[in-house]
Parts: sequence; structure tokens; C-alpha cells
Amino acid sequence: MLTNRFVNRSELIGIAVLAVFLVVILPLCLDVFRLNLVAKYLTYAFVALGLVVCWGYCGILSLGQGVFFGLGGYCMAMFLKLEASSPENTKIQSTPGIPDFMDWNQITSLPTFWQPFHSLTFTIAAVILVPGIFALIIGAAMFKRRVGGTYFAIITQAVAAILTILIVGQQGYTGGINGMTDLRTLKGWDIRPDHAKIVLYFFEVGCLFVCIFIAQFIRHSKLGRILVAMRDKEDRVRFSGYSVANFKIFAFCVAAVFAAIGGAMFALNVGFMSPSFVGIVPSIEMVIYTAVGGRLSILGAIYGTLLVNFAKTSLSESFPELWLFGLGGLFIAVVLAFPNGLAGIWGDYVQPRIDRLISSRKPGWTAGIDSSVADGAPAE
Amino acid sequence: MLIGHQPKEFLLSVEALTVSFDGFKAVNDLSFYVDENEIRVIIGPNGAGKTTVLDLICGKTKATSGSIHFRDKDLTKMKENQIVQAGVGRKFQNPSIYDDLTVFENLEISFPRGRTVFGALTFTRDAVVRDRVHEVAEMIFLKDRLNVKAELLSHGQKQWLEIGMLLIQDPELLMLDEPVAGMSVSERVKTAELLNRIIKGRSVLVIEHDMKFVEDIAHKVTVLHQGQILSEGTMEHVKNDPKVIEVYLGH
Repeated sequence: MLTNRFVNRSELIGIAVLAVFLVVILPLCLDVFRLNLVAKYLTYAFVALGLVVCWGYCGILSLGQGVFFGLGGYCMAMFLKLEASSPENTKIQSTPGIPDFMDWNQITSLPTFWQPFHSLTFTIAAVILVPGIFALIIGAAMFKRRVGGTYFAIITQAVAAILTILIVGQQGYTGGINGMTDLRTLKGWDIRPDHAKIVLYFFEVGCLFVCIFIAQFIRHSKLGRILVAMRDKEDRVRFSGYSVANFKIFAFCVAAVFAAIGGAMFALNVGFMSPSFVGIVPSIEMVIYTAVGGRLSILGAIYGTLLVNFAKTSLSESFPELWLFGLGGLFIAVVLAFPNGLAGIWGDYVQPRIDRLISSRKPGWTAGIDSSVADGAPAE
Repeated sequence: MLIGHQPKEFLLSVEALTVSFDGFKAVNDLSFYVDENEIRVIIGPNGAGKTTVLDLICGKTKATSGSIHFRDKDLTKMKENQIVQAGVGRKFQNPSIYDDLTVFENLEISFPRGRTVFGALTFTRDAVVRDRVHEVAEMIFLKDRLNVKAELLSHGQKQWLEIGMLLIQDPELLMLDEPVAGMSVSERVKTAELLNRIIKGRSVLVIEHDMKFVEDIAHKVTVLHQGQILSEGTMEHVKNDPKVIEVYLGH
């Protein structure tokens, strides 16, 4: 039926199942090391979630989400790095009180753009705003000129490449190819021991659900329907009186902010940030997670991310040189055979059976109604 | 048809409009004026530039030179969505609807409220919207198909849906590109009836080949040929114009 609520019943069940899985089952079944791995995978789930909004709903394929993941991650890492570089911790350096990599690069005072990252409030704002505004600028420059499709994807790749080169090249300001390592405390609270990892895991899961609900809200608002309409007939949307560019910019910014939150979580949970999460290859991998999970499904993208990453970890341990071929093959297989990914398979094959099972067992159904009738019926 | 008093200002004034595609002038120094509440039909042979004129008015194609004034606004300087918001609605030749959305959602998106990003996020489907959608759905014969995905409609129903999407926008100037093309005879009759109802109280610019239909609705007819006006006036005048008979009506 037509409802304007932002979750319907089956979506609510899906979210509840995911919550039980992430909050109860995984923490009970996994040791801290494995749980921390899940926390790392889930940081990519934020990116995948953003891609559902921007690629799935709006049809904008961005192959540069690593840029926003990286910007969010670096903002967080800068705060943590500054805290780890207190004068006491760095008294063996020639200039104590600045991050170690700056000292190694003969920088003698903290650069101006680093100064505000002493403040956690500023950092949290920066995690959201820096990638958000950057996406706004790219989006406005591209979509106002009606650049779209493949051209847009290529440009996002170029941005990813440029940012990686910039980070690697400006070693004294960014930590270069090694990134920012040796992050220790958050406001004096050590983020490295096991109990901290568990707290951070639950914090991250909480943030993920906030993002899921935001995505749900967008999906079920009129804006969500306009995004779908745009994917289908962009011109018609213009002639219904909407500025197509503004809606695309919005979707792209949402995806960027989600990715950035994921990046910040990465810095906290994994304890470092490096350019290897910014460039073209990680950006494409993130698209693969979304494709495998199902680019039209909010929950599918999260399961897809977890599944591909579990596979990656176990396979790359046993067959390191075959893994990348496997990933590529998986992507091709999904695109050719299951364009809607795992969520598509679930929706086409599994869900109808469950519905049939539930409705045939439901008390009040008169015996003798066969399941094919019941299948179309459960509308309440 | 004579209208009691002639308004000083035209609703739409197209002046010296020219557009050239790689040197080919699809519309060449075209001028015409549309009054309030006038129903103007544009006819002409294939390639005369009829659809291009509508494209120019609604902003889909940018003019090379000339001006299009809608009340006091110069449409040639505005974006498509601003032109729509100014009160110009356009129906395309092929039904242009949102296949993945239901009939209800198609109409709802066209409802003129919440057209900014923020407005669309906070848009609520209240009684006003629902009533209007139901009202329009009834007019376009799709009342019992509101929850059907638009892609499952027949060709004629898609045409009606698009007309309904325009109707819910409530434009002051309605532009229709071959509204009865590709319809069955019974659908044509229903469409003519529908159009006769919705054109009241607004100006309409129609491209149509069905001469019977043109005679039924037109106040004034403009005949285009090779991007220029060949003849203009009442249907009676145009029908008897030897130039028009030669290039268009003759065959």
C-alpha cells in the first residue's frame, strides 16, 4: 500500500535482524581480534550505504568514494595524531610536540591548517563538512554542466588519483605513503586495548544504524522517488519543475558524508589512516561491495560488504595471488547474472517463499487456500 | 471566435526566434503571439520545426537569437525547471512518464509543491495532495489504476497519465505535442473529450496532424513550413490559403 512512513514492516524486520546480528550474535561468537576486523569491514559499509543512495537510487556511479572515506579518515586521524604527539611523548624529536613524520621532514612548527584539529568538536564538524563541501563543489561543477554517466565516473577516478598523489607527495604535512600511524588516545582514553575496541565497535554500529535510518528516510521521502524518477527520465523531471542538478548534488553529498563517517570510524577502530584507502583501487572495491550486496538495497549493501570482506580475508590468507582475480570475477558474475546483487536474489527467490510459509501458517487462514493465493494476499 | 476585450499584453510573445543546428535553420525568424485563454494549433509538414518551437519555449533547446516572452519573463534566459515554475507545462510526443513509479507517485511528483531539495525531503502526502491526485486520476480515466506501476499501462493510458501530470501542475500555458498520436479510435474520442475539459481557463499550444481534431479545438491555426510561418489565422482562413494547400493540405 501507499504509505509515507520511512520504514515499512518488512524493512523494520530486516533492520532488526541486522541489529541482532551485529549487536548480539557477532560480539558473542567472535573474539576481539575478529570483532575488530568486522569493525574495519563495517567502515566500508558506510561507503556502500552512500553508494546505494547515489548510485542505486540516483544512478550516479562514483568511482572515487575513497576520496571522501580518506578525507573523513584523515580529519579524524589528524586529531588523534596531534593528541598522540604531546610534547612528553615526542621529547626525543628535534621539535617536540609535532607529529613524528613532520619532524622527520624537517618541519619545525605545526602548519596552520593542522592547528584547529586540537579541538574534537572542530574535528567532528570537519569529518562531516570537509568531504561534504568538497562533494558539493565537485557535484556543482559537474552536474550543473550536465556531466554524467561514464564521464562523471572517470572524473571521480581522476580526483581519487590526484588526492592520492597529493597525500603521498606532501609527506611533511600528511605522513606520505605511510599515512598517519601510531594513533593512541581519544581525549585521554586509550583506543588500543581490547575493551576499547569493543566499545568502539558498538559505537560504530550505532552510527551505522543512524546512517541506515537517514538513508531510509531519504528513500521514502518524495526526494527518494524523485531520485528514482531521475534515473529513469531525467528530462521529464526537469519539466516537472525540479532542478535535476541540485538533487544529484544532494545525493552525491549524502554519499560523501556517509563515506567520510566510515573513514573516521576506520581511523578510530583500526588505529591508522593511509593513502592506500583513498585511491582508485579501494574506491572500485567499495563499488564492488555495493554491487554484490545489491545497489538498490540499503541492507543488502551492508551484507555485501561484510561478505566480500570476509571472503577477502580468508581467501587472501590462503591464496594471496588468486584473490584479486576472484574479486574481479565476482564483480563480472554479479553484474551479468544478478544485477541487483544478493538483495535481488533474496527478493526474487527467498522472500516469496518465506511470505508463503508465514501466510500459510497464519491462524485464521481457512484450510485449503493454496499458497499461490496467499502469496498475493498479505496486505495489512 | 471573438473575445470580448483584447488584452493589451499577450501571454506569450515569440519574436524573431531563430535556431540553427550546424548552419541549418530549423526555426527561422519566427514571430507569433498567443493570447490569454487562446487555443493555438501549430500544423505543418514533417520537419517544419513544430516540435523545435515547443523545445525552444520550454527551454529544452537554446535559441540562437530572438526572444520568447511569457508575460514579463524572457524564457530564453531561464532554465527548464524555472520555466515550468513560471507556468509553462509541456507534454512530449512519446509518453514521457516515470516507469518505475506508480500512477499515484507519478502524479504526486508533478504536484507543484516541495520542488527544492529540502522541500522534497520534508514533503508530506497530506489530504490536499491525495484529493488532488484522486481528482486528476478520475479525469484521466486512471482512478482504479493508482497503485499500478506506470510501465504496465497501455500506450493510451500512458498518454493520459502524462496529460494528468501536466494538469496537476496547473500551468497557464499548456503545450501538447501530438496528444492523440498512436491512439486507438475510442481512446482518441476520450482524449478529445479530456482535452476539451482541461483547456478551459488556460492558453494552449498544440501540435497535431489530425485535422478533424484541429478544427474542433483551434481558435487560431499557425502553419509552419521550413521553420517559418506560411500562414496564420482561423481554420477557415488557413484551409483556403493556396500556399497551405500546396505544401500541406493538398496531399
